[in-house]
Amino acid sequence: MAVLLLGEVTNGELNGDATGKAVAALKSLGDVTVLCAGASAKAAAGDAAKIDGVAKVLVAEDARYGHRLAEPTAALMVALAGDYDHIAAPATTDAKNVMPRVAALLDVMVIPDVSAVIDADTFERPVYAGNAIQTVKSKDARKVLTVRTTSFDAAGEGGGAPVEDATLADDPGLSSWIADEVAESDRPELTSAGRVVSGGRGIGSKENFEIVEKLADKLGAAVGASRAAVDSGYAPNDWQVGQTGKVVAPELYVAVGISGAIQHLAGMKDSKVIVAINKDEEAPIFQIADYGLVGDLFTLVPELTEKL
Amino acid sequence: MKVLVPVKRVIDYNVKAKVKSDGSGVDLANVKMSMNPFDEIAVEEAIRLKEKGAAEEVIVVSVGVKQAAETIRTALAMGADRGILVVAADDVHQDIEPLAVAKILKAVIDQEQPGLVITGKQAIDNDMNATGQMLAALLGWGQATFASKLDIDGDAAKVTREVDGGLQTISVKMPAIVTADLRLNEPRYASLPNIMKAKKKPLDEKTAADFGVDVSPRLEIVSVKEPEGRSAGIKVGSVDELVSKLKEAGVV
Ligand SMILES: Cc1cc2nc3c(=O)[nH]c(=O)nc-3n(C[C@H](O)[C@H](O)[C@H](O)COP(=O)(O)OP(=O)(O)OC[C@H]3O[C@@H](n4cnc5c(N)ncnc54)[C@H](O)[C@@H]3O)c2cc1C
Ligand SMILES: Nc1ncnc2c1ncn2[C@@H]1O[C@H](COP(=O)(O)O)[C@@H](O)[C@H]1O
Repeated sequence: MAVLLLGEVTNGELNGDATGKAVAALKSLGDVTVLCAGASAKAAAGDAAKIDGVAKVLVAEDARYGHRLAEPTAALMVALAGDYDHIAAPATTDAKNVMPRVAALLDVMVIPDVSAVIDADTFERPVYAGNAIQTVKSKDARKVLTVRTTSFDAAGEGGGAPVEDATLADDPGLSSWIADEVAESDRPELTSAGRVVSGGRGIGSKENFEIVEKLADKLGAAVGASRAAVDSGYAPNDWQVGQTGKVVAPELYVAVGISGAIQHLAGMKDSKVIVAINKDEEAPIFQIADYGLVGDLFTLVPELTEKL
Repeated sequence: MKVLVPVKRVIDYNVKAKVKSDGSGVDLANVKMSMNPFDEIAVEEAIRLKEKGAAEEVIVVSVGVKQAAETIRTALAMGADRGILVVAADDVHQDIEPLAVAKILKAVIDQEQPGLVITGKQAIDNDMNATGQMLAALLGWGQATFASKLDIDGDAAKVTREVDGGLQTISVKMPAIVTADLRLNEPRYASLPNIMKAKKKPLDEKTAADFGVDVSPRLEIVSVKEPEGRSAGIKVGSVDELVSKLKEAGVV
């Protein structure tokens, strides 16, 4: 049994956390080969080779893989698929873009957001915004899946796996990149942060979001947001936590001015300790919070930031 | 240009799904069902393209149980022109997998020849986020997923996509598949006169067999369980108490 894992490579850099957790999730299924594709991918491949449990790394360094477009990457994975029983990736937006395309080209179903590996054919995955956990057994000869990384431990540092060049596949030439709008931040990355402070509609404005950011910076935390906060323009889209945003499971999650809709809970209810600050004592977020503080966030959050 | 929008009938987003006691799935009997929220956004975008003169006709397609006709009527009431219902299941608990849905949609598209297909990004029941991408693969078309902005630019679509790092803008040759994210638009409500008018709009009924598509699942659902519960903790009376609790818990 062998696994082909698409490493998460962005602008030449490996996301070691997401890729490593996916390796940890899948290494019981067989030798894991990590594929690093990008306009620049050699450095990422070098980093992937150091992940504990990686048997081999394939590099596809070429401009056609430069902007994580689905069509060329899917074509590459399909060309390589013959040698593998499992074709996988961490469940990032890039992978969610590419992997269903790979699966359909191979005429198999995709198994998204795997949260537990039972055996080579059987997997658990959350459905209905995490209100149910399905166990599914695949009848397909080849399994294409994405891994919900928050459900798995990080992989350690291992030895140096051999790195080889992959044979490139033709670019179908169906789409082209125009621009990226990426906010640079010194804060930890949301999905792997040990602490997260999120703000909701209760924050009231983009300017007021500073209250949340100050608390986050005091805690060395990443900043998240509810959909309502993003829709209202208080926070950028990549901060959204939830069923259709990012899934986080930090040691500490602080929800400020967030009511606790099921779609939001889907993205954070596996956090270890949850704190909720909300002026409405009936807010559903208190039903899952370990520590609830009822009151006005505009006085409580600055006081908390001060006293930590 | 025709625009085709696949719409799915799903549990209403306000309803909390309950796992059946026999562990076979989620209980959908007597539960409020609605159009998948992302599909409302997709329908809205298609209608706006028509209103701008970029599209001539908006066709909605739903695959599933007979009751999905109601979902199509909702889209027609919003302003879509005609609907195609593909009956592929007779029990409301039988979900058709994205691969089979994509195969059926491909057959419909081969007949209808739309210039653009807008799907939702994700169905909120099975949380697959797969059908649009699979359909693009089967058709050999380009794809622009998780769209928060769509502009038709000659024979290409310029799409801004919501991705983990922020936003990415790409150009995709048409015909293409676009999948709608939450911030693409705010869908309109259907007015009463439009709901009445929708009753007279054409709605074709087909079956999966008409297209020769085998809808038997590739993923056997072995069991469905509730997630580990999380119980409410305590309310603290002050910031000082919160700080000391967090220190006790070792998280600050
Ligand atoms: C298809 C779909 C997908 C979705 N996906 C997501 C998702 O991924 N993530 C997500 O978060 N949501 C998602 N949602 C939206 C979700 O249903 C809720 O609408 C959203 O989470 C609400 O955000 P909120 O809690 O910030 O706002 P609200 O529900 O408006 O809550 C604001 C809270 O702030 C409190 N408040 C106000 N002022 C103060 C104050 N001064 N001090 C203290 N507290 C105050 C209020 O008491 C209230 O509880 C989705 C919805 C749909 C339909
Ligand atoms: N049974 C279906 N009938 C029509 N459209 C569907 C169906 N299933 C999925 N879709 C479309 O594909 C999108 C993504 O669904 P999914 O891949 O199941 O998450 C939905 O938002 C719909 O636009």
